[in-house]
Amino acid sequence: MSAFRTSGPARFGQYLALLAYLVFLAFPFLWLISTAFKPAAELGSPHPSWIPRDPTLDNFRQAFDEQPLLRAAGNSLLAALAAALVAVLVATPMAYVLARHRSRLTAAATGWVVVSQAFPFVLLIIPLFLVLKNLRLIDSLAGLTAVYVVWSLPFALWMLTGYVRAVPVELEEAAAVDGAGRLRVLVSVTAPLLGPGIVATALFAFVTAWNEFFFALVLLKTPEKQTLPVVLTHFLGAEGVADLGPLAAAAFLATLPSLVVFAVIQRRITGGVMAGAVKS
Amino acid sequence: MRGGAPGGPAPPGPPDRPREGGRSVTVTTADRRASSRRTTGRSPARRPGSGLPHSPWFLVLPALLPILLLSAGPILYGIALAFTDAQSGRTRATSWIGTLNFRDLLHDTLFWDSFRIGLVWAAGVTVPQFLLSLGLALLLDQRLRLRWLARALAIVPWAMPEVVVGIMWRLVYQPDAGILNETLRALGLGEGRVWLGGLATALPAVLVVGVWAGMPQTTVALLAGLQNTPRELHEAAALDGAGAWQRFRTVTWPALRPVALAISALNLIWNLNSFALVYVLTGGGPGGRTRLPMLFAYEEAFRYGQFGYAAAMGCVMVAVVSVLLALYLVGRLKGDQDR
Repeated sequence: MSAFRTSGPARFGQYLALLAYLVFLAFPFLWLISTAFKPAAELGSPHPSWIPRDPTLDNFRQAFDEQPLLRAAGNSLLAALAAALVAVLVATPMAYVLARHRSRLTAAATGWVVVSQAFPFVLLIIPLFLVLKNLRLIDSLAGLTAVYVVWSLPFALWMLTGYVRAVPVELEEAAAVDGAGRLRVLVSVTAPLLGPGIVATALFAFVTAWNEFFFALVLLKTPEKQTLPVVLTHFLGAEGVADLGPLAAAAFLATLPSLVVFAVIQRRITGGVMAGAVKS
Repeated sequence: MRGGAPGGPAPPGPPDRPREGGRSVTVTTADRRASSRRTTGRSPARRPGSGLPHSPWFLVLPALLPILLLSAGPILYGIALAFTDAQSGRTRATSWIGTLNFRDLLHDTLFWDSFRIGLVWAAGVTVPQFLLSLGLALLLDQRLRLRWLARALAIVPWAMPEVVVGIMWRLVYQPDAGILNETLRALGLGEGRVWLGGLATALPAVLVVGVWAGMPQTTVALLAGLQNTPRELHEAAALDGAGAWQRFRTVTWPALRPVALAISALNLIWNLNSFALVYVLTGGGPGGRTRLPMLFAYEEAFRYGQFGYAAAMGCVMVAVVSVLLALYLVGRLKGDQDR
């Protein structure tokens, strides 16, 4: 649409609208940052200001004192890394089959991907809780990781299937004729070409697990095992009254890793989402 | 070894092209009937991958087993639980009670309240979210300064953990130290309110957060749709003297419709299943005014230990979502046929 001349007033209106959007999108985040750097005295003031008059890092120190943030971050990191790694390892061969093969299996798998995007976790969490309890995997990061793997599989399959389709099949055929078995073809021809796609998929699985709250809340009971999002809610206190400064500081820190990862893979995810939802 | 696909293995045919640039490529005649996707210019009827052995079962198992064990299995188990009186920490054995849980649900006013709130929430988030995102996507499709900033900002809510989004907005809504009340005071618009704690304001307040949190995904999806719209159509329409609204109605919207429908359907379903955001913002309060179905089920199962009852409630939500999902899939199939 940019090819057309837009009249002055219309342009002005567009900029006004864009400004309104910018304010709406940015102000909660800016407020979070502002709160994180404010000393306690300013936080108690009835007339809060945008810019801290006396910026401090006390909130960050206090946040680490009040809650076991480092341990929680370690737990999150462990669960998210393991989930990302296993999800990719498990999903890549299946994605390969889905991409190169049309059969009832691929149709069923595709259907499952769509359904799993929409499935209410309520019905899943209770039996999952009971199953993991019987397997003695409740309250363990291993159990949570297993859930995260399965949970991120559908989307990982989507992304990876797209990447496999982009690999020229002639290369695989050549290797097959040269005598390579199917596993060999996958490992030494296709997988290396999938590198960037596999990394993007793993990063996506990582962020999903890093941000996840519901399963972690239900499945992890001992404080030592809890992940970062669950530990963050401890700052809120029983009556919903919170120590605002450390709360903001901790929340701000918890966001940074996923923000960085997301900035890297954002484009690829968008493609995946839309391909999944619209085309099939 | 050739593939043993569920559809039956294709017999090997004679190779068409024995040699090409030092590399051999096999093509079977049997696979030609299957040709459906992209074809190469060199041999038009060839289906890619036809020369490869793909007996897939052992490649599929690593993903299939966990899916069956930790997802499909528990779902069936969950449906079965709905017909039992399963509770947590009880010594008596669980027994089948037929449809009693469902009959109880029918008379449970708390459930109906949460069901109603869930519908208000899903619609109240999805519709404004779509309209606002459409506006933003249209703006970002223009050549405007600061467009890069808006695009970058649009990622932030998407990448944030839901818990952090909830915490962040609690800081905004804070009665004394929050920026919302302070801004209202500065503008002379009253003394401010207890937003999340007020019976009348709690639901609208969480709705705003829901819209904010889901806008990026919707915007980016719509923007991707817009950028696939053929530009020549716009130019032709403009030459014909079509105004902005007419161009939107006749060119933009028809091209955007499949994306718009898909993302709205997904948003609606995702919103029906929301939990973390509202759990952190209000915990379902005040007085249950923001108790979404997921919060209701969570409380029943993990606060009161009523596993069977909560599973029955889960089944009801699955039924609701299934209807929506079916509508969406039918719409998508119809869209495919129209193309």
